[in-house]
Amino acid sequence: MQLTLEFGGGLELLCNSVKIHNVNVEPQDIELQGGTKKLIMKDLLTWIRGNLIKERPEMFMKGDTVRPGVLVLVNDCDWELSGQLNTTLEEKDVVVFISTLHGG
Amino acid sequence: MEEEGDAKPKKAGPRQCCVCNQRRAALKRPKTLEQICRECFYRVFEEEIHQVIVENQLFKPGERIAIGASGGKDSTVLAYVLSELNRRNNYGLDLFLLSVDEGITGYRDDSLETVKRNEIQYGLPLKVVSYKDLYGWTMDEMVKMIGLKNNCTFCGVFRRQALDRGAALLKVDKLATGHNADDIAETVLLNILRGDIARLSRCTAITTGEDGPIPRCKPFKYTYEKEIVMYAYFKRLDYFSTECIYSPNAYRGFAREFIKDLERIRPRAILDIIKSGEDFRISTSTKMPEQGTCERCGYISSQKWCKACVLLEGLNRGLPKLGIGRSRGLNQENSKDVKKGNGARSIESKQCGSLDF
Repeated sequence: MQLTLEFGGGLELLCNSVKIHNVNVEPQDIELQGGTKKLIMKDLLTWIRGNLIKERPEMFMKGDTVRPGVLVLVNDCDWELSGQLNTTLEEKDVVVFISTLHGG
Repeated sequence: MEEEGDAKPKKAGPRQCCVCNQRRAALKRPKTLEQICRECFYRVFEEEIHQVIVENQLFKPGERIAIGASGGKDSTVLAYVLSELNRRNNYGLDLFLLSVDEGITGYRDDSLETVKRNEIQYGLPLKVVSYKDLYGWTMDEMVKMIGLKNNCTFCGVFRRQALDRGAALLKVDKLATGHNADDIAETVLLNILRGDIARLSRCTAITTGEDGPIPRCKPFKYTYEKEIVMYAYFKRLDYFSTECIYSPNAYRGFAREFIKDLERIRPRAILDIIKSGEDFRISTSTKMPEQGTCERCGYISSQKWCKACVLLEGLNRGLPKLGIGRSRGLNQENSKDVKKGNGARSIESKQCGSLDF
């Protein structure tokens, strides 16, 4: 599944200072959800932690979700409106992570 | 009604904005839990700030206002929104950007570039004052001498005064800063954790220093950080977001994280902490520092010398510990009339003073 991931507000520093990543994440690489192959945000976060975050993962995640203070948008929509970790991702979705914790 | 309480939809079809009932909602407001579309969000966000400005009479027509601009998200959004509101509502204000160059290579030099772009983008004149010019030391030079232990104390004390000096040079009537609701809630907690009653009692005031030469106000006092960042993101505002290379500041970091954890469980917590701060009553038996002026530079001070002069004297004499912690400081050496309790309290330094009010 082709996805565009964008890191901002300082989070890009955790992935070699690259803001935009075009990635291919295969749902079957992760796990089967109720028999059908699909990718949810929870899986994507695990994938990101394993594949994109090069340093200080604790700045990005806390437990199995993003660290409080990190905003997430799926196709420019606040993930709090789409079910957060349970948000289902689709082909060509754009997922943006912005830290609110840096600077002022 | 396609809304199903807070049942977790897999990917619920496009939810509609609860204000216009037409467009697709783009975010959930932490303050009200409303789901709202971008256009309605812009409107309510700006309108609420306008209401805060009007209800608290933050500005008067014809005033010259400096916006403390770091290039970060809060001050960038503040500069943008204030210039919009000034135009739209005919505030009649002369707005300026005021930046402090601490002299931190790889941090402030980059963020100042952002402020310089903001100067052009928003058409607001910019004034930069530097530690080097004001004090003879850049932050880089200070850190070489004092190390990474108390550097945030130095920086905070000098920044606060530098902003006042810059504001005086610009001949402004007031200084507006980008402190948001999350920052203020955090500061309330920190002041409780430090037992700093004097600061606790004034840190929630929307305008401070009205008795001094340049009052300061916080138009974002009730504005959530989440909304500021969302606003900047949706409007593609140009801001700088890198942590200062010298700021470990663990104590404030924990408080910040605690507030964010609370917000996740109950977003109202932030406004409630501010309310608690506002409604505190200080017992009359609590000793409060008396405000005077520094004998050396004339700046407001509750001591014989202001904190900046004490720290600067330490730097120049090669005694950087002067004025840090509870060790003997200049004020104790020089004046016998300093009350013991007060002396110790105000000499106890506060970390990273960008939030120090």
